[in-house]
Amino acid sequence: MFKKILIANRGEIAVRVIRACRELGITSVAVYSDVDRAALHVRKADEAYHIGPPAATESYLNIQNILDVAKRCSADAIHPGYGFLSENAEFAQACADANLKFIGPSAASIEMMGSKTRARKAMENEGIPFVPGTSSGVDSVEQAGRVAAKIGYPVLLKAAAGGGGKGMRLVHTKEELGSALDTAQSEARRSFGDSEVYIEKALLNPRHIEMQVLADEHGNIVYLGERECSIQRRHQKVLEESPSPIVNAEMRRRMGEIAVRVAKTAAYTSAGTVEFLVDESRDFYFLEMNTRLQVEHPVTELTTGLDLVHLQIRIAAGEPSLFTQKDISLRGHAIECRIYAEDPDNNYFPSPGTISLLLDPAGPGIRLDSGVYEGWTVPIDYDPLLAKLIGYGTDRPQALSRLARALDEYFVGGIKTNLPLLRRILSQPDFQAGKVDTGYLDRLLKAETAEVKHDENVAAIAAGLFAILERPSTGANDGQGASTWKKVARLDALRETT
Amino acid sequence: MLYEVTIDGKNHHLQLERAEAGWQCRLDGLVVTVDAALNRPNVLSLLMNGKSYDIKRELTASGMNIWVSSIGYGAQIRDPRSLRGRKDGAGDNLSPRKLVAPMPGKVVRVLVREKADVEAGQGIVIVEAMKMQNEIKSPKKGILRKLLAEEGNNVNAGDVLAIVE
Repeated sequence: MFKKILIANRGEIAVRVIRACRELGITSVAVYSDVDRAALHVRKADEAYHIGPPAATESYLNIQNILDVAKRCSADAIHPGYGFLSENAEFAQACADANLKFIGPSAASIEMMGSKTRARKAMENEGIPFVPGTSSGVDSVEQAGRVAAKIGYPVLLKAAAGGGGKGMRLVHTKEELGSALDTAQSEARRSFGDSEVYIEKALLNPRHIEMQVLADEHGNIVYLGERECSIQRRHQKVLEESPSPIVNAEMRRRMGEIAVRVAKTAAYTSAGTVEFLVDESRDFYFLEMNTRLQVEHPVTELTTGLDLVHLQIRIAAGEPSLFTQKDISLRGHAIECRIYAEDPDNNYFPSPGTISLLLDPAGPGIRLDSGVYEGWTVPIDYDPLLAKLIGYGTDRPQALSRLARALDEYFVGGIKTNLPLLRRILSQPDFQAGKVDTGYLDRLLKAETAEVKHDENVAAIAAGLFAILERPSTGANDGQGASTWKKVARLDALRETT
Repeated sequence: MLYEVTIDGKNHHLQLERAEAGWQCRLDGLVVTVDAALNRPNVLSLLMNGKSYDIKRELTASGMNIWVSSIGYGAQIRDPRSLRGRKDGAGDNLSPRKLVAPMPGKVVRVLVREKADVEAGQGIVIVEAMKMQNEIKSPKKGILRKLLAEEGNNVNAGDVLAIVE
C-alpha cells in the first residue's frame, strides 16, 4: 500500500481524496497555487507545497512542477482527481517514467478513449452500438446524402476536430444538406483549422445516461450502476442521479455488459465511466468513455455502498477486486446537485468573491462534499464549483424531499450561486416525475419565471432589527455589555472570598 | 428607533420600540409585536404571530439583501436622525460610494459622463472578461463625481472605476 499520495488537484475533489487517504492511513500531499494558499484542501492535507502562479497552465496543469514536488516529498503515487491532468496521457506516462503510480488507467487507455473518432472506430470493431453515422469525414455531398438517407433524418453534421457546438449543423431534410455541409465545413476550418466533418444521427432530446465501471489490474471489470445526467446547461451537468428513472434491471444489465466490453477494449483499469445517449424508445448508443473518476461519483457510492476513491487507491496498489458482478447490488436512490459560484441574473457568469456567510445543510440522508468555508475568497482562475450536495433515500421521492429540504437550509452569502436554480428544478413536476432529457434545463431557463414574494413586511422589520441588534461598537462602547457582566462577576467572586 | 427602509425598491417607515415581550413594530401604520434573537452575526430568528422566520442578512455594494428562508429582498436602511454616516454596506445613501471592478477584465464602454446625474442601478461602465460583458451599475442615486475608467483600460478585481456622490 502507498505511504504517501500527492493529490494533483484542488477544491472539493482534493478534499475528497485527502479524506480517503486519511481513512486509509496514507499521508496526503496537497499542492496549491498563489490564490489557493488559504484553500480548504491545503488545511486538510498532511503536507502541502506551492506549485505556481494562479493560472492553471502554470500550476495545476504544470506537469513539471507537480512531478518536482512529488519527487521532493517522496510521494509514491499521484491521484489526479477530475479535470486538470486526469485525462492527460502525457501526464500519466510522465508519472510512470518517474516511478510514481498514477491512480487511474494507463496512458494507452487514456489515449485510446481520448479521441472521439478513434474511440468510435474501436467500438465499431467490437460491434458496440454507437450513434449511427460515419467514423470519418464525408468526402462529398452525394456521399453525405447517401449516409443521411440510410440513417434517417434529422442528422447532425459535426466537426471531427472540434467541440463546443462549432462546426455543428442540424439538418432536417435532404434539401438543406448541401448548404449545411458547406457552412459546417467552413466553420470547422475557421475554428479548428480542419474542415473534416462527419455525420451522426440526430437523436431528438436524448437522455444522457452513463455507466460506472471499475476494473482492477488483474482483469476483473464490473459495472456499478448507471447515472442519469440529463439536467445540463449548455452541455454542463448540473444535477445527476442514480439509478435512472427509466432504467430497469434488464436494461441495466445490457448497458452494464456493454460498458464492461468497452472497458475491456481499452484494457482499462481503475474507475471509469461509459457514456450513452438514450432515445425515446430506450435504445442506447455509445457516446464516449471518460477515463477518470467523475464529479458525480457520490451518487454511485451511496447506492452501491462502495467507496470509489478507496477502491481506486487499492486497485492502484495492485490489490485484486474483492467482489464480482453478482456481489454488486443497488439500494435506494441518490440525487446530486452541483453548487456553482455563478450569477443567475448575468447569464450564469462565474461569480468570484468572498463567502461572507455559509450555513451548511445537514441531517438524514444528506452528504455534502464541499471545497469552501465561510470567509474563503473564491478565485476567478478556476472552474467555479463550490460543493456537491447529495440527497439519499430509500426511494426517489424520499431522496428528492431530503435534497429539497437541504437546499432550503443551505445559505451562501457574499457571492452569487445557482442555488435558486437548483431549488426551482426540484420543484418542477416534470423533474419530480423523472421526465427529463438533455434539452430540459435549457427549455426551463427560457420559460418565464414569476417569483412570488410574500414577506416584504418581515424583511423590513428584520432590516430594522439587524440595525439595532448589530450596532457596530465604537471604542467607547466596546463590549460595554460584556464588561458590565464581568464587573458584576468579579465583584461577586471577591465577595465570596472575603 | 425610527428607520426609513426600502424593500425591493418600495419605501417603508419603520418604528421599533423595546417592549416587555420583545419589540413593538410600527410598519407604515401596521402594528405588531415580535420577538427577535440574533443567532450569530447576520443570522436572526424572528417570531411573529406564532410563526418562526429564519432571516439572513447579506451586505452588498448598494445596501443589503435580507433573506427570509430562501427568498431574497434587496434592502436599504436609513436612520433619518443619524448625523454620522453609516459604514459602507449598511445602506447609507449620503456618503460617496465607489464603483469597483468585480473581476479582472477590460473596460469596453463608458456609459456616463463625469458630473452627470445617475440613478441607483443605472449602468455606468461595461467591463468585459472571459468573452462576456458585465454592466457595472451605480450603487446609489447621485452625481458621477469622478470617472476613473477609460475605454480600453485593463482593470483588476477591486480597482475603483468611478465614484458616485
